[in-house]
Amino acid sequence: MTDHTILRVVSKLLLPYVLLFALYVQFHGDYGPGGGFQAGVIFAAGFVLYGLIFGLTAVRRVAPARMIELVIATGVLVYAGTGVAAMLMGGNFLDYDALNPAHPSTGQHYGILVVELGVGMTVAAVMIAIYSTFAGRGRA
Amino acid sequence: MRGLFAAVMLMGIFSFLGASWMLLLDAPDVAFTEASVGAGISTILALATLALTTRKAKVPVRRPALPLLIVAVTGAALVYGTLDMPHFGDPEAPASNYPHPSYVERTEHDIHVPNVVTAVLASYRGYDTLGETVVIFTAGVAVLVLLRGSRKRRPTGRGEEDAG
Repeated sequence: MTDHTILRVVSKLLLPYVLLFALYVQFHGDYGPGGGFQAGVIFAAGFVLYGLIFGLTAVRRVAPARMIELVIATGVLVYAGTGVAAMLMGGNFLDYDALNPAHPSTGQHYGILVVELGVGMTVAAVMIAIYSTFAGRGRA
Repeated sequence: MRGLFAAVMLMGIFSFLGASWMLLLDAPDVAFTEASVGAGISTILALATLALTTRKAKVPVRRPALPLLIVAVTGAALVYGTLDMPHFGDPEAPASNYPHPSYVERTEHDIHVPNVVTAVLASYRGYDTLGETVVIFTAGVAVLVLLRGSRKRRPTGRGEEDAG
């Protein structure tokens, strides 16, 4: 679909807002609906849109397969690492109160934010990886 | 219906209707997920699969009498099951009383987060969500291993020696 001017222009206009909306859903999940899972999928949808219009090679240039694989694992590590960090600071596993003993609710805020970031990273990377392996199979 | 393209589109529309329904039930978080995953990514992946395979389903060899009977019986059982369900918005319903309403009361004090869904998901039930993330991780790794492994083998023909 690389030679459809209207599709190219409109998708280029839309893309920043798709990604921005994903980040909004990601970091505003404590206050509004949404969270890491939804944000990850929306973020990946931006890449899928880019891939549909500009081709898989363009997506691979932005997000190389190796990097995507790294992000998949990093997300889980970020989540579990938050739990370990809470343990190191004297609490239970995933007990965010321990992250800021003076203000437990602030600790909860940090904990939820970081944990949701981990979820978002893994989900977005897995979706992009699945899409690009599916789309890449046709040409081999 | 043999046109798989239409089937995929119907699936997407069904997901979108499901999302609207969740929104009517005051569950925007679930509606969000259903709209983005069910209607969005799943449709794209199903279309990608169609691009790899074919757009038309094969004509079945056998008559669909037995499957039709099974589907009808299962459907009747499910409809029969809904007769016992509590009415929409019933305050006595288990959905209104479990998880315990004290989650809603305590969240403001414990966590200082207005969205109780996020609080339950990421903090009170943090273990479950960690498990979910690991499930997604595992699914992603499985897809990568299955799909990418066979692609490398095809063009060079060297994979058989490696595997052998």
